[in-house]
Amino acid sequence: MSPTEINIQHTAKLARLQLTEEETARYQSQIAGILDYMKVLEAHADLASVEPTAHAMPVFDVWREDIPRDGFGAEAALSNAPRKAQGQFLITRVVEE
Amino acid sequence: MSLSESTIAQLRQQLKSGDITPADIIEDLHQGMEKANEALGAYISYDVEAALKEAETADLSLPLGGIPIAVKDNINVKGQPCTCGSKFLAENYTAPYNAASVDLLRKGGAIPFGRANMDEFAMGSSTENSAFFPARNPWDTSRVPGGSSGGSAAAVGANIALAALGSDTGGSIRQPAAFCGNVGIKPTYGRVSRYGLVAFASSLDQIGPITKTVEDAALVLNHLCGHDVRDSTSLKADVPDFTSALGQDLKGLRIGIAKEHFVDGIHPGIREAVDKAVKQLESLGATIVDISLPHTDIGIATYYIVAPAEASANLARFDGVRYGHRAEGTTELFDHYVKTRAEGFGPEVKRRILLGTYVLSSGYYDAYYVKAQKARTLVRRDFTEAFEKVDLVVSPTTPVPPFKLGAFRDDPLSLYLEDLFTIPANLAGLPAISVPCGMIQHEGVELPVGLHLTAKPLDEVTLLRAAHAYEQSTEWHKHRAPKL
Repeated sequence: MSPTEINIQHTAKLARLQLTEEETARYQSQIAGILDYMKVLEAHADLASVEPTAHAMPVFDVWREDIPRDGFGAEAALSNAPRKAQGQFLITRVVEE
Repeated sequence: MSLSESTIAQLRQQLKSGDITPADIIEDLHQGMEKANEALGAYISYDVEAALKEAETADLSLPLGGIPIAVKDNINVKGQPCTCGSKFLAENYTAPYNAASVDLLRKGGAIPFGRANMDEFAMGSSTENSAFFPARNPWDTSRVPGGSSGGSAAAVGANIALAALGSDTGGSIRQPAAFCGNVGIKPTYGRVSRYGLVAFASSLDQIGPITKTVEDAALVLNHLCGHDVRDSTSLKADVPDFTSALGQDLKGLRIGIAKEHFVDGIHPGIREAVDKAVKQLESLGATIVDISLPHTDIGIATYYIVAPAEASANLARFDGVRYGHRAEGTTELFDHYVKTRAEGFGPEVKRRILLGTYVLSSGYYDAYYVKAQKARTLVRRDFTEAFEKVDLVVSPTTPVPPFKLGAFRDDPLSLYLEDLFTIPANLAGLPAISVPCGMIQHEGVELPVGLHLTAKPLDEVTLLRAAHAYEQSTEWHKHRAPKL
């Protein structure tokens, strides 16, 4: 795989980012360069035989007691909403009339 | 010495004896703040009135009673803005809750005072990527203070903060601490709850203090650590008194020097300062042991796959629905997302989201992301093997001194390579500290150098013991940036 083949517009779509033509050209070249550098990983032949590490420390599921407690109320949850109405987040219509 | 030039340890004595009040400290800090901040861009915002109000009820019997501490602007303090250095949260976000670390600091008596500047969403090594204004180095304002906690380090370095919280994903506490002549410690991953820290790369991020001295770092650390049920990565580990090991000598301590850390490309002045520091540690009783960390060369590549991958997932929450910026005039949902995010994020954040999305995307996941996770295993294994022979690993904190603003504007890869020495501790989850170890003349200015020490998991006590013994045997921590 050659990093120059990156389809930056497709990646931007997956990332939910709109890019200008100038940004597309710039990121295309910069990300290709960065990915090219990642080939340094190939130099270590011992890589294939090891287990991947997602976390340096052990991670466990966390359970709490099933008891009532104060939580984040609707008012607090909506306090930073860009738009709100009737105690709910107001967003762009997703259902056609 | 003015109150703002003092250490926390010194001020605690004066507060206890009644010579000063918490309000005196805040007013003294505030006196030089406006002018210094204009020159340095260390704070994005601060609220003197609110801090003074808190100072009125400060409990001076508590260990940090009445001590103001600056907070990096990606850590939530209830009722205060939390911009993450981004336009996304600049206009209308007020934190509705406290981060666990802020709750603990308050429990210890501290007063959160000031929102420290940072690279947007903690992505960067220079604090040039703040959406508001770049932060500058107090030793030379044409240079960067490091990043991403550059505002925190600049504020401490310029005596407009006594101490500050930072977050460290690949060196973002230690590198700016080194660049500004401060002490910066990244605790073991999981030691400090990440609840309320706006996530960048969840498996790497860790909150820690930037301070003037090792003793202050230990004092603050005492009030940051502890298990938190709200963070699934929080460790159930005893929290020792981190000040307990201060003042001990280094007899019996084995310090490892890895040949891979002393390669071409290190500034000769930094190399010389670190060589002298190693000799100093030896003279204090430590035994120097040659070790090898053979996968040092793949740390950066590993990090710059893992961190953007996690960032691309974490930053998906910034969609303009529940908080933050929202693009105007969109008519359907996809358009709403792409325009909102295009307007809200800056160039470095977009670059890392794209990189992260790419390495996680179908077809490239195994080639990049899984490979990086395997490389992470090797980096971690290197340290496990090294710590069978030694108690600490020592290296420079940075390969080069603070660089000029804009030096790497169009060359992100070269900037990424600056994190060579700090990244492995994040990949392996280890505690590490940077402590001042010299001053070098570089391009006509005097700039600080940092010594980097890494310890075994949960062994911050040994880290602080060695750093403190070294610090107290030299004068470097007494060098302060020139007054602005």
